[in-house]
Amino acid sequence: MSDALSQRSPTAPLRGKHGEEMEKVFEKPDLLLRTEHSLCPGCGEPVTLRIILELIQELDLRDQTICVCGIGCYTAFPMIIDLDVLQALHGRAPSVATGAKRVQPDRFVFTLQGDGDMVSEGLQEIIHSAARGENFTAVLLNNGVFGETGGHMTATTVLGQHTKTTPGGRDLAKHGNPIKISELIAQLDGVAYVARAAVHNPTGIKLTTQYLRDAFQTQLAGKGFSFVEVLTMCPTDWFVGPDQGPAWLDANLKTTYPLGVLKDSRQ
Amino acid sequence: MEATVTVDRETCKGCALCVPVCPPKVLVMSEDVNGKGYRYPLLLEGCTGCELCAKVCPDFCFEVFREVRNGGVH
Amino acid sequence: MAQRVLMEGSAAMAESAIQSGCRFYAGYPITPSTEILEYMAARMPGVGGVCMNAESEIEAIGMVWGAAGCGVRAMIASTGQGISLMQESFAELANAQIPIVAVNMCRGQGDYFQSTRGGGHGDYRFIVLAPASAQEAVDLAALAFHLADKWRNPVMIMGDFLLSHTSEMVEFGRFSAAPLPPKTWATTGARGRRGITLSPLGPSEKLSTDVATALANVTAKHPKIKVEEVRVDAGFLDDAALVVVAFGFPGRFVKYAVRLARAKGLRVGYLRPISLWPFPSEAVAAVAARGSALAVYELNAGQMIEDVQLAALGRVPVHFIGGISHDHSGFGVGPALTVETIASRIEAVYPRAAA
Repeated sequence: MSDALSQRSPTAPLRGKHGEEMEKVFEKPDLLLRTEHSLCPGCGEPVTLRIILELIQELDLRDQTICVCGIGCYTAFPMIIDLDVLQALHGRAPSVATGAKRVQPDRFVFTLQGDGDMVSEGLQEIIHSAARGENFTAVLLNNGVFGETGGHMTATTVLGQHTKTTPGGRDLAKHGNPIKISELIAQLDGVAYVARAAVHNPTGIKLTTQYLRDAFQTQLAGKGFSFVEVLTMCPTDWFVGPDQGPAWLDANLKTTYPLGVLKDSRQ
Repeated sequence: MEATVTVDRETCKGCALCVPVCPPKVLVMSEDVNGKGYRYPLLLEGCTGCELCAKVCPDFCFEVFREVRNGGVH
Repeated sequence: MAQRVLMEGSAAMAESAIQSGCRFYAGYPITPSTEILEYMAARMPGVGGVCMNAESEIEAIGMVWGAAGCGVRAMIASTGQGISLMQESFAELANAQIPIVAVNMCRGQGDYFQSTRGGGHGDYRFIVLAPASAQEAVDLAALAFHLADKWRNPVMIMGDFLLSHTSEMVEFGRFSAAPLPPKTWATTGARGRRGITLSPLGPSEKLSTDVATALANVTAKHPKIKVEEVRVDAGFLDDAALVVVAFGFPGRFVKYAVRLARAKGLRVGYLRPISLWPFPSEAVAAVAARGSALAVYELNAGQMIEDVQLAALGRVPVHFIGGISHDHSGFGVGPALTVETIASRIEAVYPRAAA
């Protein structure tokens, strides 16, 4: 392994062992201004961010995009992405996105929210926006926990999941049931597209890419409210090693929140 | 087909999510650590340029290269 | 000759907002602010604007935040407890330096502290204006949008039940000002430039972590606003032994009561703050420096009186002649709000003042 392999964007062309020139086929998205970020090793949120940025580039949406960002670990993202971002309060991105989209209907508006933000604090906001059929895309990063504050129960924490406020695991009698927000949203008239994916493995990443693309195109076609829930790894607040996040997600989160398209009325 | 990846070792946080997704199993975590104290992936022979490591990496550490054949993009 | 029309105060304010370029309104029905929402619902579509009857006050202020953040003049109205619900958003959008106009159609005058001290957290301030007539409300509504954009600071207009429901002759377009620079800070999509973050949490430049400067800029404006945006209406001060301080519609009652007292030979003056923040402290201090005693008439348990006492700096006595006064409706038009009551309270404290 030579030193050349540890440099990003090598200045000299890389060549194979027979001298063939190799071209770069994958690099960080142009819209990502910096690769360093403060999120944990093995976090699924930056993976989701990469997919979103690549889609915005693919669909040539940069100049008309307004991201409305909630409050969570992902609040670290606005400063490293080359997009207009309206930073909202915890739970309140849907109403801010409503105002932004209503006054600038030709812009591409999406919210970026965690489960604590959207399903705990902001449950009212997302349901009303969905029911009104507001023509923006809501993106939920669901890791079943309040990550930024250090690991506490949200409305999507699954039964049996240990957090600092559910010691010994979320208990039905003490803490009630988690909320399956995608299923709830899919029942509302005015909602055009709802899907749930995950970023714990390449198959999930491919699904996430497809569902986000379909949701974005739902908005671009003016079909109504679109919603994608993305299950993401949070090994820190799941109390597992960074390399164990995907397995934990598969065994515990995906079982409560099955992947797939829940509503697609784009036709 | 000739392919390779570059790894930004200093940005890597040692999560090792790339290791199990590599189909030819050519990524191994180093013994020594970077400036932040994390191990980082080393590349063995046999990379196919499938890009899976780059897609799962939460820290944008990988760039992927594949040989140009017949003047076209693969 | 400019056209004058007979309009209810709420409708007149809303019309003035629209003529000032307001193109987004969000609100929630609550007495006595509901008529503004109704007027906007009827009028906005015709000017290509948007009126949202939100499902809650917090969602309404969020929508206003979004619209204003994109550079559109946006407004919201409510009454005290609805304004209470909006406080987190008020404090934070002030930190993001997003200009909005908010109207509190108060029940009584008990929201003075909430408006001028901030019912929300942190060091932000709203510019607060208190009209005493429908015409003044029309003029101040237009001024409010101008000041909000000029300072990138929220502006609140304090009305009340009387303003909302009293019909008076009004003329529009009396306020004018030089145009302001374009809103290059707004999130309109990053065509032709680097992306912007419009945030209460930190700087708008990407890759910057200079939170300290971003937040310092929020309060650095305050001393300048205090110099430039004081507005006050006063009369009969020069020989006054007693000056009565009152704001809003009750201030108009006080002016009338002061004239009644003058007709009886009492040396009484009035001082009506039009800007509650910044408070006309210098004007009040000047009254105290001349040796006139002060009396405060406000329909609450004593709130503005603290700003009067601060300005007087103990030089002269400050008498409280107000109080909470409600009829059976609870909307703040109670038995104490009559010129006869005010005049009798003035006469009651006058001997101590004139002595």
